[in-house]
Amino acid sequence: MNDTKPYEPPIIQVDDFSFFYGDKQVLHNISMDFEENKVTALIGPSGCGKSTLLRNINRMNDLVPGVHHQGDIRIDGTSLYDPKVEVISLRKRVGMVFQKYNPFPKSIYENIVFPLRVAGRNSRSELDETVERSLKGAALWDEVKDKLHQSAYGLSGGQQQRLCIARAIANRPQILLMDEPCAALDPIATLKIEDLMEDLKKDLTIVIVTHNMQQATRISDKTAFLYLGNLIEYGDTAQIFTNPKEEQTEAYITGRFS
Amino acid sequence: MDKDLSLPPAPKRPIGEAKIWLTSIGLALGLIMIFGLLGIIVYNGLEAFWPKTAYAFTVQNEPEGEKTTIYGNITKDQTRHVLNAEGKQESIHEYQIFTGNKEKFGQAFRFIDVHRIVNQEELPRLMTLERLEGGKAIVDPIGIKLQNGSVLKATDSEFLSDFQRLTDEADHVRKSVHRIEKGDIGAINNKLDELQREVKIIERSYDIREVNGVSVATLKDNPIVDDIKNPIAELAKLKEQIGELHREYETYTAQVAKLREHEGKDILLYQLGNNDVQEMPLDQIVYGFMPNELGFFGKLGVFWHHFTGFILDDPREANTEGGIFPAIFGTFIMTVLMSMLVTPIGVIGAIYLREYAKQGPLVQSVRICVNNLAGVPSIVFGVFGLGFFVYYLGGSIDQLFYWKKLAVDNTPTFGTSGILWASLTLALMTLPVVIVSTEEALSAVPRGLREAALACGASKWQMIQRIILPCALPGVMTGLILAMARGAGEVAPLMVTGVVKLAPSLPIDGEGPFVHLERKFMHLGFHIYDVGFQSPDSDAAQPMVFATTLLLILLVVVMNLAAILIRNKLRKRYQASSF
Repeated sequence: MNDTKPYEPPIIQVDDFSFFYGDKQVLHNISMDFEENKVTALIGPSGCGKSTLLRNINRMNDLVPGVHHQGDIRIDGTSLYDPKVEVISLRKRVGMVFQKYNPFPKSIYENIVFPLRVAGRNSRSELDETVERSLKGAALWDEVKDKLHQSAYGLSGGQQQRLCIARAIANRPQILLMDEPCAALDPIATLKIEDLMEDLKKDLTIVIVTHNMQQATRISDKTAFLYLGNLIEYGDTAQIFTNPKEEQTEAYITGRFS
Repeated sequence: MDKDLSLPPAPKRPIGEAKIWLTSIGLALGLIMIFGLLGIIVYNGLEAFWPKTAYAFTVQNEPEGEKTTIYGNITKDQTRHVLNAEGKQESIHEYQIFTGNKEKFGQAFRFIDVHRIVNQEELPRLMTLERLEGGKAIVDPIGIKLQNGSVLKATDSEFLSDFQRLTDEADHVRKSVHRIEKGDIGAINNKLDELQREVKIIERSYDIREVNGVSVATLKDNPIVDDIKNPIAELAKLKEQIGELHREYETYTAQVAKLREHEGKDILLYQLGNNDVQEMPLDQIVYGFMPNELGFFGKLGVFWHHFTGFILDDPREANTEGGIFPAIFGTFIMTVLMSMLVTPIGVIGAIYLREYAKQGPLVQSVRICVNNLAGVPSIVFGVFGLGFFVYYLGGSIDQLFYWKKLAVDNTPTFGTSGILWASLTLALMTLPVVIVSTEEALSAVPRGLREAALACGASKWQMIQRIILPCALPGVMTGLILAMARGAGEVAPLMVTGVVKLAPSLPIDGEGPFVHLERKFMHLGFHIYDVGFQSPDSDAAQPMVFATTLLLILLVVVMNLAAILIRNKLRKRYQASSF
């Protein structure tokens, strides 16, 4: 990978981006760059727009009726809203993991190969190889390798969430979006997923929304603090948490927020 | 838990909860009505198959008059109120007695005042006979006159087993004859019809004349077809085929004649209480038993014989005797066909309404219209089915594909009522149920699953097809179960779109393309109406009505249970959409 390069080109560029649900503006002129093979955490109080921003990176918000946007988001220099960009192929490059683990009511195997199947790739050897690679990548292989063809609903919550991560990385995306992936999990499962993210970022760029400040400090390289739809501060995680420049940031991370 | 001892004592009746008993009474009333109805149907339906005790009644109508003896079962025990000579009301205890032998007595039932019965006896050798014609008969057998002239006496211990052997043999012959007549000869008749139609087509299209000793064919003015290259040779070929079929036909009729050689030679001698010896050919008897001689298990055997015969046999005597197999089969096939038609249409419609259509006033009004369709009286659907499906669609199909038959025989194929149109009409009628429940099932699929599928790069259709629809399947099945429950018992729309009181052949059989969707069919619901209210002897048909009702309920229950089992299986697999 490009770890040795002195200059990291931003893989995701958010450029003066505003977003509206109907008349209600939820993101105000946000501009920020996400760096490749880094974990970027989005933090902020509920309703600050961090999830909305995350869900715009793979255009998940298009599903909501009555939304529109201003400004632009680019991945590798190409605008997401370029008429030539197909939403489906975009989502193949940008995987996503949700707050509530949501495996399909299928076998573990079929869950992981779903992104390949919908892309029309059905070769047995490729599917088998993908299942093993993805499950190993999500640190789940040893636990489920003997029951690949059993229902995914037989797994524990933490395992189901890691299965969802395995599914998200099955198609080898460049970017992985995680929307509070540990919110529904116990501390041990949370730790496992945090360890996993450490491994994953060797191949991926991760953007994570989290409410857990400790988690942000543990796992992220960079942190952005959003408040009421505005990007208040964005910088290295260490700097944000030890020496915030903005008063609002400091108030939030120290818990003195009103 | 009560630490506070100063709490006031609990009121005898919880305050504000005084009317709970009203709701429970409502439920109890509902349950009593449902189970009462089911109980009456099950009791009467099963009782129809149970052998009843036969009595010999000695009746004296005038105080010093002549005594007469009649044989029969007691079917009703009731009290009649009359005004006596002083103008006072008097109650008279009477029996309704089933005697059978309709052709001898003019009626199968009679009423007897109990006080006029001098003697009532369970004669052990009384027989109940089920006959091919004339319904049942209760007789006192004397013996069997065999074709070799010898007589088997009814007092012999072997009599009953000989009787059963002989009736079984006659039954076997009857079945063989039936098989040949309906199967082999029926097939030949169908082929003959087809060939004769071809002949008629050529004859109506071409003039064939002898000119100088040579046959010449010229096209007529209004030919049905005009593209036959050599009509003369074609005609000769057809006639030869017809001749061949006729010869085949002869061999079968010879076979039938041979089977029938011994028919009507063994004769049962019996009397009906007045010592006049009567004769009845044994092959007129389908089944006979001595009810008074039977123990419990003997009666159970007769019950089982009646029950299986009822389910598996064809009806006889204007449906009042015999079985109801064609009606069970027709109901089953029609319901299956209806489900096969309504499910895809309903599911596709619901997918469009829920997933693709832009939600707004237009879609909302479409939805309201669909829901209101469920409230349209079923006969309206029947009339629509007759007008649109039968006459318009069926007529167009006939014009396009069966025009030869239409032109020559002037008989429609699909342009007349039949099982396909009846099923389609019922499918239309039950469509709202399926659409509504499918829509509900679709909207109950968790949002997380939709987002997950889309985030994996699935298109909207892939998401619906691979994730949402499987999860919604249990809900679709719920709709289908409701649709089947409504459709299977519906009669009114069928009466105009395809049901008949007696169908000559089943919609699926071993002949030709095996599935004959254009055929008319029999239906249990219509059978109940026909037997109960259209038959000449409604008293005799009453047990049949209850038994048929029981069978209809059983069929609906069995089909619904099958659907429910499938649904539970699906639910287990797709437990995410617990709904």
